[in-house]
Parts: sequence; C-alpha cells; structure tokens
Amino acid sequence: MRVPLVIATGTAVLALALSGCATPATSTDQTAGSDGELTFYAGRDEALIAPLLEQFTEATGIEVNARYASSSELNALLLEEGENTPAEVFLSQDAGALGSLSNAGLLSTLPSDLAAVIPAGFTSEDGSWLGVTGRARVIAYDSQTVAKADVPTAIAELAKPEYSGKVAFAPSNASMQAFVTAMRVLDGEQAAEAWVKAVSENDPVLTQKNGETLDLVNSGTVPFGLINHYYWFEDAAELGQEAMRAQLAFLPGDAGGIVNVTGAGILAGAEGDADALAFLEYLVSEDAQRYFAEQTFEYPLLPGIDAPEGLPALHDLVNPRLDLSDLDSLAESQELLAKYGLL
Amino acid sequence: MTLRAAALAGLGTGVRRPPLALLALALAAALVAAIPLVYLLVRVGTSAPAEIAAILSRPRIPQLLLNTGQLVVSVTAATLVIGVASAVLLVRARLRARGLWVVLAALPLAVPSYLAAFGWLAVYPAMQGFWGSFFLLTIVCTPYVTLPVAAALRGGTTGLDDVARTFGYGPWRAFWLGSWPQIRPAALAGSLLVALYVLSEFGAVALMRYPVLTTAIQQAYGSSFNRNYAAILAVVLVVLAILIMFGERSARGRARRESGAVSGAPQSRTVALGAWAIPGYLLLVAVPFCAVAVPLAALFSRLVQAETLRELDLLALGQAALNTVLLALIGALIAVLLALPIAVLAARYRGRLVRWIESVGHLSLGLPGIVVGLSLVFFSLSVAPGLYQTVFVLAFAYGVLFMPKAIGAIRSSVAQVPTSLEEVARTLGHSRWQAWWHVTARLARPGIAAGALLTAVAAMKELPATLLLRPTGTSTLATELWARTDVSAYGAAAPYAAALVLLAAVPAFLLSGVRRARLDEVPS
Repeated sequence: MRVPLVIATGTAVLALALSGCATPATSTDQTAGSDGELTFYAGRDEALIAPLLEQFTEATGIEVNARYASSSELNALLLEEGENTPAEVFLSQDAGALGSLSNAGLLSTLPSDLAAVIPAGFTSEDGSWLGVTGRARVIAYDSQTVAKADVPTAIAELAKPEYSGKVAFAPSNASMQAFVTAMRVLDGEQAAEAWVKAVSENDPVLTQKNGETLDLVNSGTVPFGLINHYYWFEDAAELGQEAMRAQLAFLPGDAGGIVNVTGAGILAGAEGDADALAFLEYLVSEDAQRYFAEQTFEYPLLPGIDAPEGLPALHDLVNPRLDLSDLDSLAESQELLAKYGLL
Repeated sequence: MTLRAAALAGLGTGVRRPPLALLALALAAALVAAIPLVYLLVRVGTSAPAEIAAILSRPRIPQLLLNTGQLVVSVTAATLVIGVASAVLLVRARLRARGLWVVLAALPLAVPSYLAAFGWLAVYPAMQGFWGSFFLLTIVCTPYVTLPVAAALRGGTTGLDDVARTFGYGPWRAFWLGSWPQIRPAALAGSLLVALYVLSEFGAVALMRYPVLTTAIQQAYGSSFNRNYAAILAVVLVVLAILIMFGERSARGRARRESGAVSGAPQSRTVALGAWAIPGYLLLVAVPFCAVAVPLAALFSRLVQAETLRELDLLALGQAALNTVLLALIGALIAVLLALPIAVLAARYRGRLVRWIESVGHLSLGLPGIVVGLSLVFFSLSVAPGLYQTVFVLAFAYGVLFMPKAIGAIRSSVAQVPTSLEEVARTLGHSRWQAWWHVTARLARPGIAAGALLTAVAAMKELPATLLLRPTGTSTLATELWARTDVSAYGAAAPYAAALVLLAAVPAFLLSGVRRARLDEVPS
C-alpha cells in the first residue's frame, strides 16, 4: 500500500505543476485599469472561438483564459458563483442566458458609446449586454421527399394533422422558445396556445438540440425540422454541400422565421475593466464580425458588413412588428410548453 | 483490557460496536458524500411549497418517472442475466484463449456511454427512444456485473454443485443451489452500480431522445435557468436512488446468511461447452463488439470521410491525455480514502447508523454529474474559495462522485477477510490499527485496488462535472471530445475518442482479472 500512496502523492504535486492553474483568477476585485489578462467564459464552440482569441491577443497583447462549456451550463455556473465569479466576460449562444444574468444583477452596464455600436433591436435595451451575431429560425426539410414548393411558408401550418409525426424540434432550446414567444407577441396568446396544443398532440419528434434535429432531417428520418439557419452550413462544411439531403426554407415575416442574437456581457465584478471592454469592442469590430460571418454563416450585426453568401438579407427577415426586447417573457413560453407536456 | 475482552466475547455475532475512530472517519466521509444532498435541500428550501407542488404536478412528470423506472429495471435485469452468464462462461467453461475473452469482457468499461451513442448514431441515425437507450446502457454496463461475479466465481468452489448433483439435481438446479449463493452478493453489488448508473446517466439517453429525469434536469438548467425546478427533480432522483439501495440491501441481507456455509479452499472445475460453444462464444463477443468495436469503427470512418479534416494537434492531444490520467489518479486516491472507512464499517459492523452511513456514501452515484458539479461549485466557493477552479476541487469532485464504486469493491474484499485473523494478530500484541494494517488491509488489497481502478476509469470518462469544475484553460480528453462532437464534427472527434478509450482500457484491463486468472492456472 505504501508505494502506490507515494506515487499518488507525487502525481498530485506533478499535476499542479503541469496544469499551472492552481492559482484562481483574482482579477474580479479590480474595477478599472488593465492587468493584461482576461478571464472569459465562452458559451460557444472552442474550434470557433479559439482562433478569434489568438487574433485578439496578437492585436492587443491581452492574454485570455477561456473556459468553454455550453451557454446553459455556464449560465448555471455563473448564477451559482454569483459575485464570486472569476469571469470577466461571458459570451452566450442566446440572449435569454444574458437576460437571466442581467435580471440577477450579475452583469455590469456597458458604456453607452460601446452599446450604441450595434443597432437597436439587435442588442439589449438597457446596455447590460451587447449583440454580436444574428441567426434566423428556419424550417429544414428533407429535399428527397418534400418538394420546395410544398414547404409551408407559415409555421402555423405545421400544426395541421397532415404533419402528424413529421416535425422535429428541441423544446428546451432557447431559440425555439424565443420563437414561441414571438408567436405569442405577433399572433396573440390564444393563437400561440392553440398552436402549441395542436403541435403537442401531433406526435412531434422531440430532440435535445438543433443539431440533432437537423441530423434527423438530413438522414431522412423526419421530413421537417425547426432549427437555426447556421446549423445547416456547419454540417455542409463538415459533410460537403452535396451530401446535404436537408434544405432550408426561410420564413420572412412569420413568427417561425424570426431573427435571434448571440451576445456578450461584462460581469458586475469586472465593471469598467479595460481588458473586458477591449474584448467586447473587438467582438463587434469589422475583423471579428467578418470572421463570424465566414466561419459560422451567422449574420454580422455591425452595419456595413455583408451577410454570408446565399442568405436572404437580414432586413428582409426582420419583423418590423417585433422588438427583441419583446422576447424577454421566456418564462411564460416555458410554462406554455410545459403545460402541454413538451418541457 | 476490558475492551479487548468485550471484542472477543462478541466474536462473530455481528452486534459489536464499531471503534469510535472508525465511526468518526466514516461519518466524516459520509458528510462529504452528502454535500450534493445538502446543496439540493438548500436550493429546494428556497422554493415556496406551492411552487414545488406546481412543478411536481406538471403533466410531464409521471411520464419522466415511468420512463426512468422502466429503463433502470430493464437495463439492470438485462445486465444481470448477460453479466452472470458471461462470468460463468469466463470462469467455468473450457475456452480457447481465455485471457483474451476475459480482457474483452472488461473493455466496454473504457467506453463512455455518450461515445457509444455517437458511434451507433453514425451507423444507424434512426436509433432512438427506449430500445436505443436500453441497448446502449446494457452493453456499456454489463462489465459492472460480469467482473465482480467472475471474481466471486474464481474465489468460490464447484464442490457444492457436485454435492447437489449427487442428490440427483440437474446441472441448472445444481448451479442454482451450489454456486448462485456464492456469487449472489457480487451480482447484487454489480446490479446496484448498474441501477444507479442508469438512474444518473445523461449522455446516451439524451442522444437517444428518451425523456427521463436526468434529461429533464439538464433541460431545466439549459432552458429556464430555473435552478429550483432542476433541484426538485434531482431530489426525486435521490428518493429513487434510496429506494434502489434499500432493495439491494434487503436482498443482500438474505444472501449473506445463505452463503454462510461456504468454506474451504477455492476449487473450480471447468466444463467443456459442447453444443453450447457457438452461443457461448457469440455471447462473449457480442458485448465488446457492440460497445467498443462498432462505435470506434464508425467514428474512424467519419474521420476518413470528413472534408474538413482539421489538422491533428498532437501536443494538445498529449496534454489532454496527461491531464486526464493525472486527474483520474488523484480522483481515485481521494475516492479510495473516502470509501475505506465506510467500506470497512459496512463489512464488519451492522446497525442502523452503519446502514445509514453506507447509504449516504452511495448517494452521489444516483445523481447526474451536473448536480454534483454545481454542488461543489457552491461548496468550494463557500468553504475554500482559494481552491475554486483548481485541480484539487475537480479531483475532489471525482472522489465524491465515484466513491460508491470503491465502497462496493472494498467492502466485499474486507468482508472476505475472516475477523479471526485480525483477532489472532491482536492476541499477539498488535494494536487494533497494526492488526488492521498488517492483516486486513493486506488481504483486502485486490479489492482496494479494484475500487481505485473502477474510480479511475469512471473519472477519465466523466464530462458534466469536469466542464464545470476544471481549471480555466485545462482540458481533458472527455472535454476535448465534447468540444468536437458538439458541432457534428465527428471526424475531428475520432482521435480523441480513440485516445480516451485506449487510456481507459488500461484500468479496464487490470480490472478484468486476467492476470489473476492466469495465476490460477499455474499449479502452485
């Protein structure tokens, strides 16, 4: 028994030496100034964000300690950490997570000149977070069994009995819930409830996330899926465009075709931190916005940067009757989905 | 002097009082194991009773409970049947290349359930629901039954079967009367691990789109950011875990008394398979083929097909592998240290307090990793903020998460050491600790090592708690794999998947008992 103990103790020491991360980040108590280091919680894919961070460090000399996990896990983590969080900046897949942090008083208010870089409607109204990219809700359809002309142009149609068992979606996904919220705002509470009820009784195929929904359509398992547009482009980049059995239908003007945003915020403990501000400025710089458009096929939100090729223009998709801040009643949408057994 | 006399007087009756130091250590370990539970109760405590009632009466809850129960019962039953049958084949049948089969039977331990699911989905995208989950969890969980039952068979005897045969019973009936009582405690302990594993499993069921309590908990964190809802569902899981543990304990209690008659040197006869050869070999090949070969082959075929074959960063892969190994080792050490007092207490003493401590020690196995992870965020920030997001807290989390696996292995090996040996050492003038250290610990070493290996292999595969607690910027093979499967980049994930399975195969190989099996064959 003695020898393994020695080995294990040795490895413990070694592990500390190797990981080099034994000291926790302590920059949270700095209210201003630059320490040349940034602790960053990234709710997006590492393969996507890491090259961006390298460019940022190269341009500014600020070292970034990035922590990658899903937006929802990081959101749960940030809520648990509260004021003790080592994080200075949080980049989220969806606005809902940022809203919940803002409501919990964990985000700082951004300087008004920074907040004004992104046009109203694509960023927070109170300056608690900054919009970074946009993504459209779309219908993915199986092009081998469904003709393009037969794809519904309004999402309301998918509640009809003829689509029974033919529609896949992820009820827990924040973008999906944002769509339900948009339907409540645009079509009224009664119409939205009737839709949710009808869809829940229509034998829907429930998934955990959008990527899974698209996989089902792409494999011909389910003819229709409700997703965000860029999942298709990510899969096409991995598998090749010609391998894509699924095709996309955009729904301009319909609740099912709204535009959601991703965003970033500075945590309350890092309010005014020069490194954090520099990073947010970088996220909405021309370079970073182009990078997002090219790598993820999302809509850049900085005016003057072109949308990725092959996508309808952003202003064609934006619904003039809908403001992003109208979508903050997420809880009611969740109640609605839960009421009909979808959550 | 009076203490020793009392101990000797109570010899073998099982009503002795445990020494205070042992009890105190076990209580401390149980308190550590209770951290997730305390955290959940704090969270649930902030909810109004009306809110709790509203959440529990959601129309989806009965369905989630039913699905969870179905999966736990069916997977446990299937692994019990397949595991016992495999173990009997491995130990009692005359097999060609027995060592190979013994290793193959342990190999599925090295495959995380989410990896098995990814691989199978790449082959059969339509795989889903209850049957998909049942299949995947059964193939990855079977070694939890096969390994302990095979070990028990190796240490047991076929003599009782022979006695039964002389009374005119058939071979099946003779096995039931002679061998089954010997392997029953091991089979039950393995089944308990399987049942709790299935209860807390998230990855594979999520990919199979089979809604159970764990997927609902993950969704609650993911969608509503309603931590109370998630906590209430997690408490429901805890209640289910407690029910499962009570079931196992009442079955084990009976088994203990039945097996009391087994004694004598282990001696086993092997039999020729005859007409059973083909189904026998098929059974032995099926589990590792489905759990290891198919998923890895599927991922590697994607690696070849992928158009965006990213350059493989060997340095990053090596660093992640090193981190994985080191963290798993420290985690295993912590788990064994936590498990030892509880296991010794449970092996040697009875009583309500002992039962209670052992149950609490098992709790974390029934909870999803995200709950245990968040509870340790809460705990380390309030107790030792300086250690937050260091390897210490992460390794500690592995210890808390997986100590139940170590408890089972250590308890059964300690229980096999006759207390009379310790008492002989005491009469020779050794102190209680010396006697324990020189006699019991030494004889129980295989069980302690098995506990450490089981913990290490589980820690290598762990994902949700690792994502929450790892030091910022530190990656393990599991987190790297996660980063690459999240964007459907199966191809890029393949090297990491292979490295993880390869590394985890080392403890799995050691656990298979193939080295001991070889030793048995050498006449001493």
